[in-house]
Amino acid sequence: MKARQKRLVFVGLAIAGVGAAASMALSALQSNLSYFFSPTQVAANEHPTDAVFRVGGLVVEDTLKRQEDGLTVRFDVTDNAATVPVSYTGILPDLFGEGQGVVAKGRIGQDGMFYAEEVLAKHDESYMPPEVADTLQTAHVEGVIESTGESVKSGAAAQ
Amino acid sequence: MIPELGHFALILALTIAIVQAAFPLAGSLVGNRQWMAMARPLAYGQFTFLLIAFACLVQAFLTDDFSVLYVAQHSNSLLPEIYKVSAVWGGHEGSLLLWVLFMAAWGGLVALLSKDLPATVMARVISVQGMIAIGFLLFTLLTSSPFERLFPVPADGRDLNPLLQDPGLAIHPPMLYMGYVGFSVAFSFAIAALIGGRLDAAWARWSRPWTTAAWVFLTIGIALGSWWAYYELGWGGWWFWDPVENASLLPWLVGTALMHSLAVTEKRGAFKSWTVLLAIFAFSLSLLGTFLVRSGVLTSVHAFATDPERGLFILIFLCIVIGGSLALYAWRAPEVSEGGRFDLLSRESALLGNNLLFVAFTVLVLFGTLAPLIYEAFDWGKISVGFPWFNKMFLALAPFLALLVGFGAATRWKHDEPMRLVKLLWVAFALSIAVLAITSLPTFSGGHLWVPIGLALSAWLLFSHIAIVRERLKNKQGWRTVVADMRGSGRSFYGMVVAHVGVAVFAVGVTMVSNFEGEKDVRMSPGDSHELAGYRFEFLGAQKAPGPNYQADRGHFIVYKGDRKVTELFPEKRAYLAGGMPMTEAAIDAGLFRDIYVSLGEAVGGGDWALRLYYKPYVRWIWLGSIFMALGGILALTDPRYRTARVRASAPAGSAVGARA
Repeated sequence: MKARQKRLVFVGLAIAGVGAAASMALSALQSNLSYFFSPTQVAANEHPTDAVFRVGGLVVEDTLKRQEDGLTVRFDVTDNAATVPVSYTGILPDLFGEGQGVVAKGRIGQDGMFYAEEVLAKHDESYMPPEVADTLQTAHVEGVIESTGESVKSGAAAQ
Repeated sequence: MIPELGHFALILALTIAIVQAAFPLAGSLVGNRQWMAMARPLAYGQFTFLLIAFACLVQAFLTDDFSVLYVAQHSNSLLPEIYKVSAVWGGHEGSLLLWVLFMAAWGGLVALLSKDLPATVMARVISVQGMIAIGFLLFTLLTSSPFERLFPVPADGRDLNPLLQDPGLAIHPPMLYMGYVGFSVAFSFAIAALIGGRLDAAWARWSRPWTTAAWVFLTIGIALGSWWAYYELGWGGWWFWDPVENASLLPWLVGTALMHSLAVTEKRGAFKSWTVLLAIFAFSLSLLGTFLVRSGVLTSVHAFATDPERGLFILIFLCIVIGGSLALYAWRAPEVSEGGRFDLLSRESALLGNNLLFVAFTVLVLFGTLAPLIYEAFDWGKISVGFPWFNKMFLALAPFLALLVGFGAATRWKHDEPMRLVKLLWVAFALSIAVLAITSLPTFSGGHLWVPIGLALSAWLLFSHIAIVRERLKNKQGWRTVVADMRGSGRSFYGMVVAHVGVAVFAVGVTMVSNFEGEKDVRMSPGDSHELAGYRFEFLGAQKAPGPNYQADRGHFIVYKGDRKVTELFPEKRAYLAGGMPMTEAAIDAGLFRDIYVSLGEAVGGGDWALRLYYKPYVRWIWLGSIFMALGGILALTDPRYRTARVRASAPAGSAVGARA
């Protein structure tokens, strides 16, 4: 009987401990989550205004411009239904380029400009972040589907 | 012709794997000695045919046979010879072939080295290895054969991804795979034991060296990957909590828990069911890692071209492996007798704590890694979990682990006296408190809370282990004992000490670099100087510099500390001729106490460059600590106990051994 009580106390403590730890981990998770929004969703104001989120799509050709300070760049990101202007200060990843898929993490400013803290790099030319691929598939614009379809296909062929 | 030979060898290997999975196991169940005896030759045969297949692929790469699709996609005639070899595992198909080759190599090694294993156990282990091999060989042959031909034959190949043209990455995947696949041996031993219904100290002793060996490879593999990411990606980070990195960390965490749990099972006969469970999960997480990396379901900076269809195959395979082994566990584990009672203050308790902490951290990392999938499945939105969360979770658990390691290594099996521990460890404890006090001073800590904590915990790890070694040498003949220990069965003890000191070294590195690193993105014109963390970086301009298969812009920096010239750095921005992919080649002045790191961003006109400067104090200690851990593992591995033990353990037949505790 005594041993059983002891065991019950242990099990109770363990459950309480795991519960507390899990709730702490989850609440910490909430503050470190960043949601993904497509340019269309941003245009429709579905994005949070006071929190960090991610936006992704293709970098629009001829929009990549370097600012006076030599470090800040601006470019438009599109899902071919809507575009979001993005500003980023710092060194861009090697494979960043016009017409390429990109995911940027940051906040949106009062001026409607997305200020990125981080621009996702990738290691492989034929890799497309899954969110971006999804975004482009949901934006039913013939041209885009064709062009990204090709790059996805060549990615698959690369296997 | 030769690629077809390779393909044919793969098919033969699959045939052998099928025979290997069926006959020895069946033989062990019905008591057919001849069928059981097939295990060894089959394991050797499988390895031989996979080696032939692998050699055929290497040959295709070395001779620039671009009629092979995989070669055309991952090589180029301009590629330096050495990278033509490493390009073999530069893509999915080839790395999979390397994976099955290693799998067969581990099987062959078990067959070769475990001469004294009872025939039934050997037969079952090799059969389980065969079953896993069937899965992977089917996967290779059905979805990703590296020997597929390409018509018309292109004039030249697409080239190896420039990021992979690097000595660090040439050896990183083989090490990592050796680790991943190595856990299959621990898994096979566990399954074999479950089939036989015999989980005993002998079983733990057999699988211990294999587990440690796999763990050593995985440790080296992860450390190499981290080092590579640090110098090659040009962001100066050493760990990003990226899904692909987590995929390699998860089996390592469970593998570490398994190593410690096996110690209890071997020495005290306790934790048997738990140890089996860990062995199953260590390998399952290796498979899950493969699935995550190959399927592309998660956004990763490390993701290379992926294919969801392949992911599905691995997912199904993963379900069969986990489901099957857990079902077997549920069926058989209750029959396994529990042994070895122990007191609250004992090494068993400490190792239990170790296991709980490692498993808790595994669950957290797994959850954080899979959270985007969970959210997506429930339609809660597309999320990513920021790395601060992982850091927080790590910091929440790591201090307890560090404290525990010092105590745990000092405690005795079964029962220990509190006073003995106090007597043994109070000096170490006092010294660590002193370190805590000194490093808390604002002049030292710079106001960072974690600096004193991290350094005091490292000090505790170091001093407690010095005390433990002193205790072992007390009343003995000093250094002569060390020599005798190293010749004999003391090696696993010193292995433990070295590995734990490695944790201390690692902790110093992490603490210092996380709190004191400096980083700056700047635009510089030739002749400009910029100051960072007490160093003055002078930019002398960038010039064109041709390479063997690329064209580079090479920057020239002189770094001063005060008036003293510290080093000259030549970071490069390369454009590879095949494919034109740009790549940053950072320049690093490495030192034991600090790295100075410059990477070029882009030319912004007029000879100006956007570039990034880093100051990384103690960053080398992170990898140095990993090397210590791996060395500790190797030392423990060479303990002669495992060799003699096999002779002894194989002597008593039947289940009598299971009763010892």
